[in-house]
Amino acid sequence: MAIHKGRGFACINYPIGMNLGGDPSQALVHSTPDGKFMVSLSSIDLGQGMKSVTRQIAAETLGVPVSDVYVDTADSDTGPHCMGSFASRGTHRVGNAVIRAATEARKALLEAAAEELEVNASDLETDGQGNIQVKGAPGRTITVADTAIAAQFKQGRTLSGRGIFLIPPSDVDPDTGEMTPVSCFAHAALVVDLEVDDETGEVSVTEINSAYEVGRALNPRLVEQQLIGGAWMGVSHALYETTEPYYPDRSHGPEDFNSYLMPGPGEVVNHNIAVLERPAEDAPFGGKGPGEMCANPVLPAVANAVYNAVGVRCDTLPITPEKVLRGILANGGARPQGSR
Amino acid sequence: MTKRPVQFQLNGSPVAVFTDEGQNLLDLLRRGVGDLSPKFGCGQGTCGSCTVLVDGEPRLSCLTLAETVEGQSVETTNGLANGPDLHALQEAFMENFAAQCGYCTPGMLMAAKALLDRTPRPSREQVIEAISGNICRCTGYEPIIDAIMAASGQPVRRAG
Repeated sequence: MAIHKGRGFACINYPIGMNLGGDPSQALVHSTPDGKFMVSLSSIDLGQGMKSVTRQIAAETLGVPVSDVYVDTADSDTGPHCMGSFASRGTHRVGNAVIRAATEARKALLEAAAEELEVNASDLETDGQGNIQVKGAPGRTITVADTAIAAQFKQGRTLSGRGIFLIPPSDVDPDTGEMTPVSCFAHAALVVDLEVDDETGEVSVTEINSAYEVGRALNPRLVEQQLIGGAWMGVSHALYETTEPYYPDRSHGPEDFNSYLMPGPGEVVNHNIAVLERPAEDAPFGGKGPGEMCANPVLPAVANAVYNAVGVRCDTLPITPEKVLRGILANGGARPQGSR
Repeated sequence: MTKRPVQFQLNGSPVAVFTDEGQNLLDLLRRGVGDLSPKFGCGQGTCGSCTVLVDGEPRLSCLTLAETVEGQSVETTNGLANGPDLHALQEAFMENFAAQCGYCTPGMLMAAKALLDRTPRPSREQVIEAISGNICRCTGYEPIIDAIMAASGQPVRRAG
């Protein structure tokens, strides 16, 4: 009876969003009377940070401080349409819509400021600190707040913008079947080290090393947060979680958190992450979005590492001690693949 | 249904309310008092999101009969901040990105507060033990453990 070490590798090319049908999202941006900007979306922040990232994108595009931008995702009944928060599409699809809406609002902002300063709007620039100034003449300046007041109470002008991002629907070539199901891919490679106890069948993940290419990391700490949490969920799916352990037989299925297994704080795995940034051409400021692929490659890497450790190829998830032991029994003993 | 008066301290202020027979503390806090910071997760004491402190001890408020806190001191996440000044644990949770969806966060904060009140400089193992009754689905726990270590003034072992 022994503990066998195993190492498994997996990589992933992950499509951002789903192209069929265009996968559209819309955004509306408008200024309040005091020169703050409101971004209205129907996309929901599930905790992944979409509100933070769209706020950054809007502020960067408008040329105003991020603290002067608010993101409202209150109600998909009354807000601009969005396909939703799924398929790792939030940053890419919604971010692009926000850029378009904020660009239109910025144009209105500069036109209103130009009227106040009696200059041409094309001669104006923002300093990102809440001021609009004449290029090369920083003395000729007006605040965004004063511009908003003048626009809304003197000029009779709204500082607002509309944005939609829609990928041209991809038709299938009738001769070749060729199509473009997705326009933007993120990538990752991941190595899992683990130990398998050939007496109990228990698998313990000891370390994860990963490299993720997510375009530009628009908010590096949020990216890291998703990668850490997502890998934990991947380990959980690989080794613990199921609603039907003997599918299609429903017996022994968990009914509550007492019997639905998940790793707890005591099973935290050391995870070393390298984030590689290759800004994507059609992505907002180059950011693709880590999303679901934080969890995906962990599962095949764990399965490969179990095979590497004891020679048992599990083709159903989760990889329970029972499956490992039955596999070892069928093989007539543990068969470590290669020396480690 | 019999109504019964119950008086206790909630985050340092006296509270006097009527509790229904068999009402649990979580329901009394949320519906009776209007403190929505403790969360209803499973309702059977397995997820920890309803954790509050009763006389300094972490309690699953969904399994605590409301009338049993008569004369006792109850603390919830709503009482952590002092006006605009966040509690050290709240600051540390923010700095360490220890929340994503945030549903487990009130329970985590109260479990952590109970630990730090008793053990100001806990070991990492003690932190893990203290939050082992609280389920988090998003963070993978590591940022939460880091945040509690940071709140106790100890170095954080960062991933990556």
